[in-house]
Amino acid sequence: MYAQMVESEASNDDPDKLAEFQARIDADIKIEPKDWMPQAYRKTLIRQIGQHAHSEIVGQLPEGNWITRAPTLERKAILLAKVQDEAGHGLYLYCAAETLGVSRDEITEMLLDGRMKYSSIFNYPTLNWADIGAVGWLVDGAAIMNQVPLQRTSFGPYSRAMIRICKEESFHQRQGYDAIRKMAEGTPEQRKMAQDAMNRLWYPSLMMFGPSDKDSVHSAQSMAWKIKINTNDELRQKFVDQTVPQAEYLGLTIPDPDLRWNEERGHYDYTDPDWSEFFDVIKGNGPCNVDRLAARNKAWDDGKWVRDGLLAHARKKQAGNLAAE
Amino acid sequence: MNHDEAFQQFLLRMGDNTLILGHRVSEWCGHAPVLEEDIALANTALDLIGQTQMWLGLAGEVKGGKSADDLAFLRDAWDFRNVLLVEVPNGDFGRTLMRQFLFDAWHSIMLGRLMTSSDDRVAAIAAKASKEVTYHLERSGDTVVGLGDGTEESHARMQEALDYLWPYVGEMFISDEVDTTIVAAGIAPNPTDLRDEYYALVERILTLATLTIPESRFAHKGGRDGRMHTEHLGHLLTQMQWLQRAYPGASW
Repeated sequence: MYAQMVESEASNDDPDKLAEFQARIDADIKIEPKDWMPQAYRKTLIRQIGQHAHSEIVGQLPEGNWITRAPTLERKAILLAKVQDEAGHGLYLYCAAETLGVSRDEITEMLLDGRMKYSSIFNYPTLNWADIGAVGWLVDGAAIMNQVPLQRTSFGPYSRAMIRICKEESFHQRQGYDAIRKMAEGTPEQRKMAQDAMNRLWYPSLMMFGPSDKDSVHSAQSMAWKIKINTNDELRQKFVDQTVPQAEYLGLTIPDPDLRWNEERGHYDYTDPDWSEFFDVIKGNGPCNVDRLAARNKAWDDGKWVRDGLLAHARKKQAGNLAAE
Repeated sequence: MNHDEAFQQFLLRMGDNTLILGHRVSEWCGHAPVLEEDIALANTALDLIGQTQMWLGLAGEVKGGKSADDLAFLRDAWDFRNVLLVEVPNGDFGRTLMRQFLFDAWHSIMLGRLMTSSDDRVAAIAAKASKEVTYHLERSGDTVVGLGDGTEESHARMQEALDYLWPYVGEMFISDEVDTTIVAAGIAPNPTDLRDEYYALVERILTLATLTIPESRFAHKGGRDGRMHTEHLGHLLTQMQWLQRAYPGASW
């Protein structure tokens, strides 16, 4: 997950090659880095994989916000393991993007100067300990909804990265649910924390699937190329249907007075998020956009001497080895 | 000092070192110079917190019937027994990695000796932790060498880090009454006896790093016996212990 509003590109490639390419995709044959691919396919994938990778990296910040305050040693260890996994996901995804001909440094620079995006969910703050449970349960839950189908995506390296990521994400979701369950079953103050987390994170979680299908202009081409497997609204509905019974079990109230089971559709009816808020966050006006990007820029700038130093040392060693040969 | 009391003090020293250093390292989350370092720092912190669970778990078992969480989250600064080295603030990445190296070098030697402890529980924890710490030392040593012998700036920053941290090294090798009791029982080595091996190891790596060990052997002390921690520890505990203190008795 974590790639929303990925703009697709128009193609003006050789029609024969395009038809052959489409036939491979339709036959579920994976596209590999050395295969011919339309420029637009390549560009859209770089954008999508890059956005996903950046989301894993920026996503360390709201979770890292609670590592030093985790209430028990076990919770601290679990959270550390999870954040380490997220950074690892970032690493595989950057590697997958590199197979398309863009270096990690190049797309990192694009994140840092705002040319590339990351998932809007990470522009929301984590304000109480239950948020960490809710991030695992709702945010990772929504991410999994998106990512499970992407295991079948047409680009080989992306599909393989996704298979590995999904295994870890499902562990993250279970630990998140366990953490928030403990709160929901705890003292009145803990229940208040859990409900407060739910109130703030419900709609941003629904936004993670991207705009409503009627406003989603980039979907058709991506679906034909199997870069995207389901529509935004399909996945959002699936997420709502899965999450409502879990919230009921926890005794938490979903902040949507119009949420109800629709017998005829066989799904829950729910209220869409406030899309004007979504577009505000995408434009940079979310509660944490400026701080998140500033934190990443600071890490990158402050780390320059370290990267330069290690590179200089590696070169000296290499020169020494060459001289010895 | 009776045996159980000394044994518990020894376990607190081991567990508080890993707890406080693990906390410090975890402060880097999301802010490292490069993605691989974010992963390595989180991994190191995770190992240290895992070791804390074992040491403090045993400390609670030996005396007082407290859980590892009670000991981590409900003691005040004066009851902490970590060396001062691990509680100093992270500073820049260079200082963080230099502190890690200076600690890892001691930790790896210490754990190696503890693997033959007369107490099976101590030997078992040491055997498990030792595998992790061997890797910590390899990584922090390589990084210290890479940055010490990197650019002019990285060299200067690493030298500055070493100069700042060096006065905190000596505390790891001062023996006291607790050690005398523990050594007599065959549980742990005398800290003083680790000194030569430590200096030989540290000197070898710092030479490769083209760094100069400060001449002064002056050592700040007061952490291992809790007589005088730095001002920094209280702030660290304020953050670490906040939820447990604000909501006493809750289960998380």
